[in-house]
This record gives sequence, C-alpha cells and structure tokens, in this order.
Amino acid sequence: MNNKFTVFLKGIFDVSPLMIPVVPFGLIFGVLSIDIGFSPIETMGMSLIVFGGASQIVLLQLFSGGASSLVIISSVGAVNSRHLLYGAVVSEHLSDLKLVWKIVISYFLVDQAFARSNEYFKKNKDKHKYFHLFGGGITCWVIWQTTTFLGIVLGAFIPEKLGLSFAVPLTFLALLVNDFRKLINVIVIIISGLVATFGFNYVPYKAYVIVAGVTALVTAAILTKLNKKNE
Amino acid sequence: MSNWLLIIYCGLITFLTRFSMIALLKKEMFNDRIREILSFVPSAIFPAIIFPAIFLDNSGDFQLENNPKIMAAIIAMLIGIISQNIIATIISGLASYWFLIFMV
Repeated sequence: MNNKFTVFLKGIFDVSPLMIPVVPFGLIFGVLSIDIGFSPIETMGMSLIVFGGASQIVLLQLFSGGASSLVIISSVGAVNSRHLLYGAVVSEHLSDLKLVWKIVISYFLVDQAFARSNEYFKKNKDKHKYFHLFGGGITCWVIWQTTTFLGIVLGAFIPEKLGLSFAVPLTFLALLVNDFRKLINVIVIIISGLVATFGFNYVPYKAYVIVAGVTALVTAAILTKLNKKNE
Repeated sequence: MSNWLLIIYCGLITFLTRFSMIALLKKEMFNDRIREILSFVPSAIFPAIIFPAIFLDNSGDFQLENNPKIMAAIIAMLIGIISQNIIATIISGLASYWFLIFMV
C-alpha cells in the first residue's frame, strides 16, 4: 500500500466528523434553491461549479431579494475573502506542487477540509501530505453534492408553512458559535448585523452585505489595535 | 445576466480567492496583523446575512412584534454558546421556531 493512499484515507477519516453539520446545510440549500425558482439542473450546477456553502446561500439570498448580478458576485467575493486566510496559511505546505495539483487543491479548499488538513500539515512533513487535503476535500464534495441532490428531490415534498428559509440565518449563526465568547467578535457581530439591517433598504443595489462587512472589519482592526495598546 | 452566467461567475470568484493565495502568494506577504484581521471575516460578514433574515420581513420592513424568529434565534444562540455544537444550534433554533408557530 503506498503512502499517498494512506494519507488520502487519513484525510477522509479526519474530516468525516465535520460532515455532520454539512448534511442539513446541503439539504437546506437544495430545498431553498428550488423554492426560489432555480431549476434542478441549475441548483446542481451551483454545487458543482461554486462548491461553497456560504457562497451559494448568499447567492440565493441576494438573488431572491432582487439584487443585481454585480452585487451578488461581489458579495460572494466578500464572503469568500476568508479563504484568503486559508490559502495563505496552507500555501507554505503546498509551494512545491505542480500547477495542476494547485488548481485541484484550490477547488477542494473548503472550510472543513482546511481546518483538518491545517492541523495535519503542522505535524507531518512527508512530501505526499497534500493528499490529506485532497481526501478531506473529496469527502466534503461527495457529501455536498449528495445532500444538494436530496434537497432538490425533497423540496417538492416540504410544505412552505415549515418556514425552512429560517434555517439560513440559523446555519450562519451556528458557524459563529465559537466567536460568541470573545468580546471583540461580539462587538463586530453586532455592528455588522445592525449596519446590514438598517442599511437593507438604504444601501443601493442591495450591497448591504459588503457595506456591513467592511464596516465591521474596520471595527475589528481598530478594536484589536486598541486592545494591544492597553496590554 | 443569465442564471448560468451568474453561477459561473460566482464559481470563478470562489475558486480564484482559494487559488490566488496558494498559487501566487508567499506566506511572508501576510503579516500577523493582516492574518489577525482576516480571522474576523466570518464575524464581520455572516451577521449581515443573519440579522436582516431575522428582523426584517420579506418586503424589508422591520418586524419586531409577533416575530417568533427573534426568540428562536436567541434560544439557538444560547444553546450554541453552551454546547459549542453546530448541529445542536441549528436543531434547537428550528425546533423552537416550529414550537412557537405551531403550538403557541
């Protein structure tokens, strides 16, 4: 058995527990997308082409609110800016890879795979370690495509009265559970939420996600700086 | 713009943010300060999705009275803070929402 395959399996094994929350997320995405009016093929295409839960939900949310394409695309970009951090953290481990592998790994660099492989990379130095991220990424991919498909099928049977669209804010809320305990994060969360809510009707082109995000990030920069001065 | 074109552009920008850092940048280009600020991106962006979906109705008007979403979101948040568990947060939020709209 070669080393690559062992590392690949380790990636699958390590990321699997993190797949549990992805299941409802994928289902919700599939159901909502059909609900909003995308065709089943377009919905499947989103999961295959975009392959990013937060990006896809933002796409749906703004599309249904009537935002323009440019605003939708730049909001998706804003949501994705967290990937800049992942890439920068992981890149030192992947700098020797061929371009093809860099492209493949980039497609699979989702939150859960990043979290697990980053831990693995810190502890392991073998040259095939990128197969860990590949294994984790493929696991996420299979779960995401399967649950999207199930969501599309189930969507026809789920009554609108259930208000499943409420699952969208809940899912994002759940992604922040670790941040509610840190004071600076809480302030940043409140500022972003207030700017978005009050700006919803006033920020032109439905660009409220971007305006709120930038305002909150500037706040984070100021607060972390003040925090250091006081130490 | 057609739906397909929109989907492809969103896919491209998602891919490019992931790819650009792996392919183009060296880790030295990101100092600790920038990393620290980027770590706040989820806290800065996600509430912009969460808050309007809870406090505003479909036409964008404030909905503060008779709004079961507010109570359900508070319960979900508390469960999240206590359990630190994503699934528990989502399920408790949905369960309390359904309880409020169907039972109360």
